[in-house]
Parts: sequence; structure tokens; C-alpha cells
Amino acid sequence: MKHSTFLLFILPSLSVMFLFIAIPIVSVFIQSLHIEHKQVIIVSENCDPFGCETTTSVDTEASAKLKEKAPLGKFNGFKTYSNRMHFAFDEIGEAWNSSDSFIVFVKKIYNYPLYRALSFTLTYTFVVTPFVLFLGFLVALGVNNLPKLLKGPTIFASLLPMIVTPLVGSLILFWMVDGDGVIGATLQKLFNDNSLSLKASPVLTWVMLMVYGIWHLMPFSFIVFYAGLQTVPHETIEAATIDGASKFQRTRHVVIPHLMPLAIFITLILLMDNFRVFEPIISFRAEAHATSISWLIWNHLRESAYPLYNAAGATSMITIFCVGILLLPVLIRTWRDFNEKNKG
Amino acid sequence: MFLKKLILGGLTALFFSSSLFAADCGPNGQSIRILASDFPAIHAIANSAESNCAGSASEFTRNHTTEARQIMNAAQTPDPAEYTSVIVANSTLVQLMNDGLVRPLNDLVEKYGGNLKSNQLITIDGKIMAIAFMANSQHMYYRTDILDKAGVDGMPATYDEIISAAEKIRSAGIMEHPLVMNLKVGWNVGEVFNTIYLAHGGEFFKQGSAEASINNAKGIAALETMKALVEYAHPDHLTQASDDTQGLWEAGQAAIGFMWGSRGGVILDNEGSSAEVTSNTVLSAAPTVTGGSIPGATLWWDGITIATNVSDSEAEATFAALVSGMTSEMVAANNDDAIWLIDGFKPGPAAAGVSATAQGGAKSYPMFAQMGLLHNALGAELVDFLKGAESAEQALSDVEAVYETAAKDAGYL
Repeated sequence: MKHSTFLLFILPSLSVMFLFIAIPIVSVFIQSLHIEHKQVIIVSENCDPFGCETTTSVDTEASAKLKEKAPLGKFNGFKTYSNRMHFAFDEIGEAWNSSDSFIVFVKKIYNYPLYRALSFTLTYTFVVTPFVLFLGFLVALGVNNLPKLLKGPTIFASLLPMIVTPLVGSLILFWMVDGDGVIGATLQKLFNDNSLSLKASPVLTWVMLMVYGIWHLMPFSFIVFYAGLQTVPHETIEAATIDGASKFQRTRHVVIPHLMPLAIFITLILLMDNFRVFEPIISFRAEAHATSISWLIWNHLRESAYPLYNAAGATSMITIFCVGILLLPVLIRTWRDFNEKNKG
Repeated sequence: MFLKKLILGGLTALFFSSSLFAADCGPNGQSIRILASDFPAIHAIANSAESNCAGSASEFTRNHTTEARQIMNAAQTPDPAEYTSVIVANSTLVQLMNDGLVRPLNDLVEKYGGNLKSNQLITIDGKIMAIAFMANSQHMYYRTDILDKAGVDGMPATYDEIISAAEKIRSAGIMEHPLVMNLKVGWNVGEVFNTIYLAHGGEFFKQGSAEASINNAKGIAALETMKALVEYAHPDHLTQASDDTQGLWEAGQAAIGFMWGSRGGVILDNEGSSAEVTSNTVLSAAPTVTGGSIPGATLWWDGITIATNVSDSEAEATFAALVSGMTSEMVAANNDDAIWLIDGFKPGPAAAGVSATAQGGAKSYPMFAQMGLLHNALGAELVDFLKGAESAEQALSDVEAVYETAAKDAGYL
């Protein structure tokens, strides 16, 4: 295809991407560099049914004047990125100096929201992704070997976790793991411990969220692998069988290499998805024990009285940056493969 | 049963039709649009306003949502605003006033407020900004049968007495976790701290400034009290808000509760629970510290406001309609739905807790412009302490640091 034809082809998609992805990202970045103007505070006498109190209120007229002059707010540079809500450079320096052992230092770092969120987000990403890949592949192999009659219903049933909306799916599980729920009560019976609670222990909460993540995402990798399995060339498999390869050897040396590009594709998608884990934290009400980067952004914005656009913007930019770093090894590998193929 | 319904229906129809002629609905043909939270008392007010004045208005719409707090500022900022009135509480009035989204009501009160009582008027520097119609606060719920069984004399009135009562119930083998409180991470857990901190006589900010001042002896004492209480709370307490604690109470799984007064009517009615629970549930004042006098609760009111960004005639019609709903007939028909501030209210058993708490001298929820930011910080940072992962001093200094960062970004410091 000529370059100009190709360009024309993707022009609509490119322009939409520019309008709805690139420009918003730039605007979020600019927002993250600004904070609100100083509020003009006045002391006021406030009376309600229970009596009078001296409190403060905002002088809206004076504050509006400031806003009119510079609607974006006060320029703050990269201070939002370095403050306590984000990278907390000053606090970490202090923690480093005042800690006598590395463990104490790590504990102190864990006190800062961004690092706390990162530790769960990364653990989640690196536990859930391989499990989903591996289990999805196993299910695909299993379904592929079923008799034709059973295949349809099995595929449908296996896809269910993905079809159920994440919010609803995790809410159902949240009720089931409650002390009065099916799973929670059974566990209490099993371990003979009436105060055993999946929601009260940090470790069990993390495990619960990750098991949910694996359950929810497995159908995705299963269906892609299953589609890939339909394209494995029969000739190669037959040749391997004639050469005396066992079923395991055929899978290991023929099927898996054939599916490798698919595995890379799934890994990329899973890494991106898992890094933005959000819904299960809300529906499991797990904020006490597990927060994620996406949860932080939501948390900065949800108090409509005081939405911290700068903090949400900065966290968003950090998310994009981290996803970039996560994807880098996979992208480099793909790029290398592509170059080698072209040379050969 | 059928006869009763028929008579009741007839009576309400009669009452509505008679008030239709009686009510002064202000200018005709205006659009009235109300945003409000979603509980029975607010429905009662809005129903009454609608049946009085929907006929003379060109449109009468209501949006009842528990998410009202989250959308109100965005909805009211454009001109014309999405709603002509938002029904608010202490903290949400501050939230709207911070952006200048509610108008002073002095002239409207003069014209239409003949039946309002002076304690219904919420004034800020002399300007009437809202008309309150009901009060609410947290207070104690007790199961008298279980207290008796565990050998507790009378009803606990201080935190120490509550803790020792809970211990008696536990050691008697009646319940492992006799206490329920709304401790869901975020707003709820912050609010519990607020109540206990106020009972200890704490102040949230340095006088006349937006600088937080909670990392002090009173703050630490409040946290220690909170921790001692939490020992007896359901293990999942960090995920429990009002609906969950009410559920536990109605299921008979708790004996001591620190819950909202607005749940009283719902808990005491004959739905969703057994007679054993409802007949033995008693509502009483919020606890004080030993030797103290301030009940550990924040008093709340709910009231109506009128939007800044609507035409004067729409504002007038909306105000007239809502005020026309605040009658003693409305109160009589919905007596147990709220602690009404309107004439004609007969306090029943469901109102006992809030009345006792207010009479005991509990403080209102603080109306500082920057209070919401401190509340958010408390909700997020106290959890580590409650989990036992952090000292009280560390937790409080974290709260102050988080508040300071947020307050700087939002322009309050």
C-alpha cells in the first residue's frame, strides 16, 4: 500500500484519537500544574436551631474576582507531583534519614497514599496477569478437546464471568463472603472461628481481590487462546505425532510457539487493564486494606465540594507514565521480533 | 384493613384538596425543580409542597437521590441552574455557599414565612440562608433485655460505661461483638471521630484560621476511646455504614448501637425485624466522657435553600411551595419520620435519642468553610490506627499533613 493511501485510510481514526485522547491528556497535564486561588475567608456568626457559633465562610465575591483574572487557577509547577499526596519527596528524604533499618523505612513509605496504592496495584498486576494467562490457556485446551456437542454450552458458561458487569459481579461476591453469606459462613464453620472475616484482614482482602480479578478476566484470555487454537496447523501436529511426540510434547513444542504472538497481545492488554484496577475495590469496600492508582484519582475527585483537579490530574499523568514503563519490555520485544523477521 | 385504608385515603384526599385552595403558592406558571436526598422525611415535605402547588406551577419536578451531595455544585453552577431548590443539611449548605450557589431568603421569609418559627431560620451574619425543618444526630441504641441478662444496671451514659457493658455482654457469652457503629472507611469513620472528639471538648481549627489543630491530648484521648469501642464492634466494621448497622440491629445481632436518629423510626416499626428486637430497643442520648457533660454527637438539621442562578419569580414560587408544605398537618401525617422542627410535632419513642442528645448540649456539625477537607482527611487516615498499624500520634499527624496538602491545593491555606 502506498504511504499516502495508508495515511488517508487511518486519517479518521487518527483525528478522533487526537481530539478525544491527545488533547484531553494535554489538558489534564496543564490542570495538574495549577492549584486553586486563595479563598478569601471571613469569620462569620452562624445560627441554627441548636444555637449560634463563630465559624468561617468564603467571601464568594472576592474569590470570584480572583478566579475571573486567571480561570485555570494559580500556577504551581510540579509541586503537586512532589507533594505528600504523590511522590512525597521531602517526606521520603526525612524518612530515609530518620530510619535505622530498611524495614522501618519501607514501613514509613507505605504510609504515603501513592506508594500504598502502587504496592497493591503492582502486586495485583503481577499476580493476576500470569494466572489469567496460564489458566485461560488451560481452559482453552480443555474446551478444545471436548466433544463437539458440549463445546457450545461450555464456551458460553466459561464466558459468564466476563459478561457479568464488574461492579455487579464483585458486589455479589461481597455479599457471599460476608460473615452471614454463603462463603463467609462456610469458612467460619470450616475453621471453627466465628470472628474470621475476609473483609477485616488485609491479607485476605488482597487475596479476595486477586481471586476475583482472575475469575473475572480469565474468559478473555480463554477466548483469545481458543480462537488461536483453531489456527494451529494440522500438518505440523500430525508430523509431530508420527515422529512420536507425546501430547505434552506437542503442546509444548508446536502449540505454544504458535500461540506466542497471541500470548504477547493478551499480556499487553492484561497489564494495561490490571494496572487500572478499580471497581472491585469499591464494591468490596476494600479501601481500608487496598487502594489502587485509579481509586486515588476517583478519591481526589469525588468530594464535589472540594474536587482536587490538580491532584487527580497528576495521578492520571503518573498512571500513564507507569503503564508506559510496564509495557516497555513487551513492546521492545515485539519491535525486535519484527526487525528480525524483516531481516530474514 | 381495607376499611382503614379507605378512610385514610379519603382523609388525605380531603386534606390535600383543602390545602390546595388554602396554600399561597406565589407567582403562577413558574417552574419548580427540587434536588434532594432520599429519605422519608424529605419525601414528606416535597410531597406536601407538590400537592399544594404543582397545580399553579408550569412544571414541578423532583430528583431524590442519595448522591445529591456529589452532584449539587455541578448542577447549580450554570445560569440558569438545574434546580431552583436544593434541600441541604449543615455540611451541604457550606458546600453550596462556598461557591455562592444559594441566595439570602430574608425578603421571601418576610412575605411567605408567617408560619415559620425563629429557630428554623439558619442565619449566617444575619442573612437567612436556609429554612430547617428537621433535626438529626447520632445517639445510642440499647437492647434492654440483653443489658439485663448481662447484669448491666441501667443504661450506660458514658464511653467507659459502654465499654464495660460491652465487656459484660461478651464475657457472659451472649454476643462476641455486641456493638455496632458506622465505621465505613471515608466519611463515616471520620464522623465517628468528630463526635468523640467533640465529647472530649476538642476544637477542629486554630481560632480564626484554617489551620487544623487536632493533634493534641484531646485528639489522642478521642482516638483511644474509639479504639476501645471498636474492640467490641463487628469484625467487618470498616465496611459498615448506616444500612449495614441497621441490618445487624434488626437481625438481633447487636445490643449497643451508635447510629443515626433518622434510623429510629425505621428500626422501631414492625417491618424487617422481630418483636423481640423492637420491643426491647430503647433510644437514648449520645454518651459523654466520664466526668464530662458534652454528648458525643454532631447535631444536624435538614432544610431548604433557593438557588442563586434562577429568576426571582422562580425563586419566589419555589420558596412559597416548599414553605406551604411545612404545616402541622404534614407533621401530623408523618410524625415518626423525623424529629420535626415544625409546630405540631409529638416526640415519640423514635425521637427520644435525638431530643436527649440536643438537650444535653451536643454541638452542631461544624460549619467551617474548610471542614469538609478535614473530614475527608480524617476518614482516610484514621483507618491505620484502628487496624492497629499505627500510633494515635502518627495517625493524627498524618491527618493534619493530608489536610494541609489538600487545603493548600484548594486555596484555604
